[in-house]
Amino acid sequence: MARIIVITSGKGGVGKTTTAAALAMGLAQRGKRTAVVDFDVGLRNLDLIMGCERRVVYDFVNVIKQEATLNQALIRDKRCDHLYILPASQTRDKDALAKEEVGRVLEELSDGFDFVVCDSPAGIEHGATMAMYYADDAIVVTNPEVSSVRDSDRMLGILSSKSRRAENGQEPIREHLLLTRYDPRRVDNGDMLSVEDVQEILSLTLLGVIPESKAVLSASNAGIPVILDRESDAGQAYFDTVSRYLGEDIPHRFLEAERKGFLSRLFKG
Amino acid sequence: MGLLDYFRSSQPKGSANVAKERLQILVAHDRAARDRPSYLPKLQQEIIDVIRKYVDVDMNAVSVNYEQEDAHEVLELNIVLPEAAQQRFAP
Ligand SMILES: Nc1ncnc2c1ncn2[C@@H]1O[C@H](COP(=O)(O)OP(=O)(O)OP(=O)(O)O)[C@@H](O)[C@H]1O
Ligand SMILES: [Mg+2]
Repeated sequence: MARIIVITSGKGGVGKTTTAAALAMGLAQRGKRTAVVDFDVGLRNLDLIMGCERRVVYDFVNVIKQEATLNQALIRDKRCDHLYILPASQTRDKDALAKEEVGRVLEELSDGFDFVVCDSPAGIEHGATMAMYYADDAIVVTNPEVSSVRDSDRMLGILSSKSRRAENGQEPIREHLLLTRYDPRRVDNGDMLSVEDVQEILSLTLLGVIPESKAVLSASNAGIPVILDRESDAGQAYFDTVSRYLGEDIPHRFLEAERKGFLSRLFKG
Repeated sequence: MGLLDYFRSSQPKGSANVAKERLQILVAHDRAARDRPSYLPKLQQEIIDVIRKYVDVDMNAVSVNYEQEDAHEVLELNIVLPEAAQQRFAP
């Protein structure tokens, strides 16, 4: 039985797909059989970030509608044997994801994988609620910014009331906070909410802090999950995040601004 | 203490603390709305119907407030009777 992880946020453009790709790759690299599923029907971005867009033949909606089998639709990652991608369809209607059908596909995936990572679309509409409905874990991706934090809190409300676990009175979804696009320099200047601020408002356990990083754009340009860029701060921060998710207790990094100013160079140099 | 220090210590640093304060209020408000039972509008309507058997009041005369406190919930009803109604009740 796989553990189903939803990457969710409410607000758009905060780094969900970047995170889904990094987490899935990170888990697979540690030998976990991992499938990453794109729930963003109509937009289809995950295959681009994963760099497999030209290998898409069938998609999630084809599997839902039984026009293709899971095996036909799953794309095996060329860099990591344990990783498979189930792409979203680009053209079909957004309500194509019916609850029972999604459940059937996730159950089938659960049989063959250790982890199923669901990349949620933005918003709190159908697609987003389908992505989180069957989840065991939720990674709430949040930027240190008012509307993102507020939307994350709304998402927490939905997770605790409208998920399968909530409806069946089971143990609730395990919720984790992932703060992304964090800029310690701006936090120091008092222009950006700090990790502590966001944690205090949302009262969630902190899974990781991903710094604002140029490496993310370069990685997405190349179709390489940023976690594979082990030189980069964001890549390392995602690597740590995966370790923490798997239960390792490691300190958070990249929370302090680098001291590159003239004065500090003068004094340190 | 120099003039510069004076400005540094007295002025709030940046806009993040404003953001935090606003968020705390907003999130508390959102959460209260989320936890409110869904029967409230119906309850309000039925209370009004009962009152209207005796006094001529409109929708706005009855407000129903729900608040969650640490260990218990408070349901607060506020009914404003019109002047004339009070006279009618007078002995
Ligand atoms: N840590 C980061 N540093 C810099 N840029 C980032 C970071 N994380 C994400 N981005 C950028 O933010 C943009 C949105 O990222 P992404 O597509 O992962 O967000 P999303 O939440 O999946 O968006 P959507 O809601 O549209 O699905 C991208 O251009 C990405 O490169
Ligand atoms: Mg996305």
